[in-house]
Amino acid sequence: MKLLESNSLQIKKKIVSRELHSTDIVRHLFERIKNLEPDIQAYITTTEEEALKKAIEIDKKIENNQQVGLLAGIPIAIKDNICTKNISTTCASKILKDFMPPYDAFVTKRLKEEDAIIIGKTNLDEFAMGSSTENSRYKITRNPWNVEYVPGGSSGGSAAAVAADMAFMALGSDTGGSVRQPAALCGIVGVKPTYGRVSRYGLVAFGSSLDQIGTLTKNVKDAAVLLQVIAGYDPRDSTSLQVPVPDYLDNINSGVNGLRIGIPNEYFTEGLHSDVNKAIKDALKIYEKLGANIVYLSLPHTEYAVAVYYIVANAEASSNLARYDGVRYGHRTNNARGIIDMYSRTRSEGFGSEVKRRIMLGNYALSSGYYDAYYLKASKVRTLIKNDFDNAFEKIDCIICPTSPVPGFKVGERANNPLQMYLSDIYTIPANLAGIPGISIPCGFSSDGLPIGMQILGKHFEEKRLLQIAYAFEQETDFHLKKPALRVPLRQR
Amino acid sequence: MEYEVVIGLETHAELSTVTKLFCGCSTQFGVEPNTQVCPVCLGMPGILPVMNRKAFEYALKLAVALSCEINRFTNFDRKSYYYPDLPKNYQISQNYYNLGVNGYMNIEVNGNVKKIRIHNVHLEEEAGKLIHPEEIGADYSLVDFNRAGVPLLEIVSHPDMRNVDEVESYMQTLRKILLYTEVSDCKMQEGSLRFEASISLREKGSDKLGNRVEIKNLNSMKSVIKAIEYETVRQGRLLDKGATIARETRLWDEVAERSEHMRSKEDAQDYRYFPEPDLLPVLIDEKWLHAIKDTIPELPLDRKQRFMEIFKLSDYDAGILIEEKALADFFEACVKILDRPKALSNWIINDLLREVKDRKLDIYNLPIKPQQLAALVEIIEKGTISSTIAKEVFSEMIQAGKAPQAIIEEKKLAQISDENLIELVINKVIANNPNVIEDYKKGKKNALAFLVGQAMKETKGKANPKVLNELLQKKVNT
Ligand SMILES: [Zn+2]
Repeated sequence: MKLLESNSLQIKKKIVSRELHSTDIVRHLFERIKNLEPDIQAYITTTEEEALKKAIEIDKKIENNQQVGLLAGIPIAIKDNICTKNISTTCASKILKDFMPPYDAFVTKRLKEEDAIIIGKTNLDEFAMGSSTENSRYKITRNPWNVEYVPGGSSGGSAAAVAADMAFMALGSDTGGSVRQPAALCGIVGVKPTYGRVSRYGLVAFGSSLDQIGTLTKNVKDAAVLLQVIAGYDPRDSTSLQVPVPDYLDNINSGVNGLRIGIPNEYFTEGLHSDVNKAIKDALKIYEKLGANIVYLSLPHTEYAVAVYYIVANAEASSNLARYDGVRYGHRTNNARGIIDMYSRTRSEGFGSEVKRRIMLGNYALSSGYYDAYYLKASKVRTLIKNDFDNAFEKIDCIICPTSPVPGFKVGERANNPLQMYLSDIYTIPANLAGIPGISIPCGFSSDGLPIGMQILGKHFEEKRLLQIAYAFEQETDFHLKKPALRVPLRQR
Repeated sequence: MEYEVVIGLETHAELSTVTKLFCGCSTQFGVEPNTQVCPVCLGMPGILPVMNRKAFEYALKLAVALSCEINRFTNFDRKSYYYPDLPKNYQISQNYYNLGVNGYMNIEVNGNVKKIRIHNVHLEEEAGKLIHPEEIGADYSLVDFNRAGVPLLEIVSHPDMRNVDEVESYMQTLRKILLYTEVSDCKMQEGSLRFEASISLREKGSDKLGNRVEIKNLNSMKSVIKAIEYETVRQGRLLDKGATIARETRLWDEVAERSEHMRSKEDAQDYRYFPEPDLLPVLIDEKWLHAIKDTIPELPLDRKQRFMEIFKLSDYDAGILIEEKALADFFEACVKILDRPKALSNWIINDLLREVKDRKLDIYNLPIKPQQLAALVEIIEKGTISSTIAKEVFSEMIQAGKAPQAIIEEKKLAQISDENLIELVINKVIANNPNVIEDYKKGKKNALAFLVGQAMKETKGKANPKVLNELLQKKVNT
């Protein structure tokens, strides 16, 4: 097996057992990144020097028989909207070009504590606003399975890096599907935890009541380990909850016998691509074979989810992004006349068009006279959507549905059609509105050879059950082992 | 035409917590710019607020003290506007569920008590401060974020005040309640207590409200009164001419003593309030509320009533004593030691307050202890020293922080009541002033006062005046 194609747990085992040096892996990995980056464009920043330093440190620890962390020696990429102390955090925006946070996000700190090796910051749609990673102010990330296609978004850089073996695992953020959808489009595993499971401290806010940091990994077990590290209460995030974190690897193979799988009728309608539909139906057959029962049900308020999402997320974003004004940090215009002009020019220059569009929509929804009709009403419908899930989960244990309605779309194909772009997240958005956890796992390929993702949604804080359900499927299939045929010749050990 | 003035006040009081509302930074006043800041209060990307429970409790305490209905479910809202001193360009405040609503405060004007309704009490974060460079032609301003994030209480009254006396009393009473409950230090010069007024005029007898004008930038209570007086005249003149009053916000110019148009109602900012998603709602249960209620002390007006009833103090004296909680506490501590309320209150009002003024003492940190003042009054009553000497002793007590007994002994100030000693002095004085005795005997009664003065001079003021007078009378009349 090729070294860089290994999953994280395999690599860690080899490092800890002294079969491999952490430093060697890091060197190989950066060689691959250098080879592939021109085609994939996954990274905004790479941190080879720091990564090597950390690798040397870990190798030394192991040599001295010192205790090492859960992620010892695993090279990991971080989405560039998650703060990393003294490593620039740009959110793929010009307004935060060269912004160097003087603090680590909670999750960054956890990665460091568990001896992970941070290799770089990945590309995203500016401020995580998008579903294709085309809205970055720096580069357009490509899908490793076919570079004419988008990797999904907004965590497209993280997903593409993991899919192309340019990182062993990665962190992303999911506000309306931004972890699960690119995971699906890139053929990897993506977990969006329950709202409040992972601290948002240090995650640059987009939609505060929806944002959650998630994992992008090569398989389910890797996801379990990474989630283990980042989950837990953080007093600096008032919305993180004091719910005990179970051992996610323990009993991961407990199977699905007797599992009640809910299939929402509203998710299998016209906009769904036939290849995706078939892949999901085939997957359900596997689950049935493994002893699960299929229950068809209704989530009646599904049709409102996208509208509600774009009101709530944009309203929160318009406020969250107000702080980028050039006064304290980040980009400031060079030619301002007075403070109002400084604000206006700084923000005009600093933000891209999609971000501006959303700020305007959000401000509109919150403005006096429209608040009740938009934000308040959206909040109420959000409650109805939550109730749909609560009602469903009285009869079932999980919901299975497609992650994305299509296997993928080409770069540029939807760039000028925001509405069509917004519909990319039609199946992922409801989980964010309800705050429930979701996981996307590979479940097949389209006739064009693009990976297809299956989404499993569960009750609040039942990530462990979701991982078990996903693992059962993964054990029966080999979709997750398939690798994209990248045309760049690779020098491998 | 005769008009009635209708006035409402919005009060901002910085809470006296040690740390800021949503981060651990110190709230200390007057330190180097931008030394009490952190990523939270600078509004850095990805940073989240965590509520200071103490600040919330302070706010709750004041809301209860103002007899507000307490919203058992309350949360924070974001109030959006762009200003360089506002780090996030939104202020975390309360709008949809204020923590206290429908309260009231009794004020006293010329002995009459009036109830002023409180619309709401809510908690929010303070902004930073812009510093404009003094150099001419400077094309920049600086921002100091030390105050940014300091907990701020907003108290909004109904337009229930009708004249400046009521406004004055409202401000003073509210200030006292803030001090009594110890939620704010109310230092106006440090900006920890600020007011904004809204004023409208209407025809006397009408119950319809006129168009309201809001006045900002009122940096002292004096400014509030002056601005209201100015605005009353301004609006009155306009109405007399038949003009309508524009709904606007005006800025008070303290130096010129006039207000200027700032913005009209149509230009009012749309704050786009919405619930703060980074903070959880605060649920106030019965137990918590009870614990808060237990911490609320007797309020100033109640205390004044009690002083008048129990200690038989005059309205005036009681009013002065309750002016500052520390002073009223000092008085009560004295009375507890020595049951002479009238004498003690006189000493506090006449002498202690004069020393406080002259020496610029801090009432909350007096150099004299209640035991010491009580001891002094007791010594006077026993006749050990005269009241004239007592003033000297008192001054020394303040200066040196010593007990009165120690000063009297040290300076040998004890009053001479020994009749034999005093008689010797009288004999000497009489011998030295034979003419005066003659005058007296001829009927010049005030000649005796001269002799008393001479005897006092001889004893350096220590002779017991009562004994001296009696003996002298006896002597000259025999
Ligand atoms: Zn701070």
